[in-house]
Amino acid sequence: MLGQFLSHPPVELGPIGPELVLAGAGVLVLLGGALVRRRQPRALLLASLAGLTGAAVVSVSLWRWRGHATVLGGMVQADRFAVVARLILLGVAALALVLGHHYFERLGEERPEFYPLVLFTTLGMTLITAAADLILVFLALEILSLSLYVLTALSRRLAAVEGSMKYFLLGAFSSAFFLYGVAMAYGATGSTHLSTIARSLAGQTGNQALALAAVALLVIGFGFKVAAVPFHMWTPDVYQGAPTAVTAYMSAATKVAAFAAFLRVLMTSFQPLTWDWTPIVWGLAVATMIVGSVLAIAQTDIKRMLAYSSIAHAGFVLVGVSAATQEGIQSALFYLLAYAATILGAFGVVMLASGRGEEHTSLGSYAGLCRRSPLLAGLMSLFLLSMAGIPPTAGFIAKVNVFRAAVDAGHWGVALVGVLASVVAAFFYIRVMVLMYMQEPLEDVEPDPSIVPRLAVAVPALLTLLFGVFPGLVLGLLERASVLRW
Amino acid sequence: MAADWIVFWVCAPISIGSAIAMLLQRNAVHAALFLIVNLFTVAVLYLVLGAPFLFAVQIIVYAGAIMVLFLFVIMLLGVDREERLVERLRGQRTAAILLGLGVVGEVVFAIRAGVGFSTRAPAGFGAANGGGNPQALGRLLFRAYFLPFEVTSILLMVAAVAAMVLARRRERPVASAERRAQEPIEPSEPSEPSEPREEEPVG
Repeated sequence: MLGQFLSHPPVELGPIGPELVLAGAGVLVLLGGALVRRRQPRALLLASLAGLTGAAVVSVSLWRWRGHATVLGGMVQADRFAVVARLILLGVAALALVLGHHYFERLGEERPEFYPLVLFTTLGMTLITAAADLILVFLALEILSLSLYVLTALSRRLAAVEGSMKYFLLGAFSSAFFLYGVAMAYGATGSTHLSTIARSLAGQTGNQALALAAVALLVIGFGFKVAAVPFHMWTPDVYQGAPTAVTAYMSAATKVAAFAAFLRVLMTSFQPLTWDWTPIVWGLAVATMIVGSVLAIAQTDIKRMLAYSSIAHAGFVLVGVSAATQEGIQSALFYLLAYAATILGAFGVVMLASGRGEEHTSLGSYAGLCRRSPLLAGLMSLFLLSMAGIPPTAGFIAKVNVFRAAVDAGHWGVALVGVLASVVAAFFYIRVMVLMYMQEPLEDVEPDPSIVPRLAVAVPALLTLLFGVFPGLVLGLLERASVLRW
Repeated sequence: MAADWIVFWVCAPISIGSAIAMLLQRNAVHAALFLIVNLFTVAVLYLVLGAPFLFAVQIIVYAGAIMVLFLFVIMLLGVDREERLVERLRGQRTAAILLGLGVVGEVVFAIRAGVGFSTRAPAGFGAANGGGNPQALGRLLFRAYFLPFEVTSILLMVAAVAAMVLARRRERPVASAERRAQEPIEPSEPSEPSEPREEEPVG
């Protein structure tokens, strides 16, 4: 009798190894911050970085995973797509931790919760990239959203609290959409496993009408998370209100995680319905690219401008998604890698250039930045060029790949709109560079002189250049990672 | 059969009566107590329907934990606080009644379209409950849904940390607080006259 209860199916914990490491590190750092009487933010930072490194090592070891493709009752997929997405997320988290540590230290605020919250957010994000069941996707989405709401409100500025509130309300709303989509998918096919849904839809055994409703609702849910137009309303307020280091983190990491899950759900479980969902994704891509680029022109605050720019970038990734091919996945992954490095670096520069806290984020305070800090102005220019898609930066290669994938899949129109939108977008990126180099300083803002956060910003700058000049370094790896099986 | 019948006809009126009584109470504590009665009788109905696990969970979680939380919040806000029963938005009451009727109609329709109003168990019910209802749920929870179950615990932990971070009072930076403690106290001139004095956070 007892043996019957104790016997269990083989538990293969390997594929969630990174998450286990992150959970352990998160709990330890949480306890360390709460129990140690004289809190040492530096020790918490180092412990968190160690946790991220451990998770990265485990992720890399999963590249050659020989066990089952899905483990733990079909909940987790052990594939290379997840490995690559995890590594990007872990790298972003490590740099963001360094930036955030510096941000709060310079502000004189003690925020020991920052470190465990970033670790838990990263856990949710890495888990979502490997989730092979809609229930797990939803739970991971909630972990990352919940942590991000709090991270946004971590500084007690009114704008931060307001942004957090908006993010929370709209996020809860979008979660409801997502959950309704999961219910529809279950109603259509009798399962929440991505592979079972795909098999049922391919065999025409599922209820097609319910499945289409499920696709629509899931696209809305993911659309909120990746900030695709018309679900982008929260983005500018949240990105502007949040502490700049947190903005750097969430603008880069949330998009990578949400797009990874978006790609996996659409390309595996709803692959039999590809012809039905590609037009939806086109529409989203076109609207997102145009609205993001055009509205960014009208902004007078650099954080708000970058927020609209990140919306536009979501549109470019959607172009890759709409191709619905392996090439499309690969181009989307490369775009996400380039975008993550660029936006993280750009917000990092904003954090350093605006001195202490959030006092000087208007575009006017960037006038003549090259006089006050040639290094920061140079780094910012590099990131802006990459966002505009001008060689020799990673952003250029990324845009070319995405458009090529779309054209190869026969979507000329979307690629054309994308090219036009990037021309429009180039205007406001160049405008900031003109401000930095060709105008006299208006305000006397002293940039933050610290070295360590400068190094943290230099890493994405190097990557932006490296992937721009030698994209072959990662394209091969990404190609092997862009196979999604079901 | 007869026992079921008796239990049902004893519990169902109490359940409905306590629900109505809860709505009509002005005193929040009395309303909460009626809600406990209601939750208990519904739990008994679950038992009659052959769902012992749901029965236990209903009592432990709802009648136990959540009710304690309710009472806690009521006490925290003040027991004797009167709620004004004037509608703030015009037409709110009418809209509420219409929407409520809509939900009732929806539920009736859903049951009619789904399992129907028969007294038979739906198809596959026996197979799904093989070896007993709690055992079957346990198998699902700790085998097929083992990972989501564990992930939920992380979600709850994040929620707890989040609530603490958001609810904590504004605190002074530790460094300056310590410096202030070491400085000689000058009662005539407070160090920060503009800032309203708040209670020092504990710990």
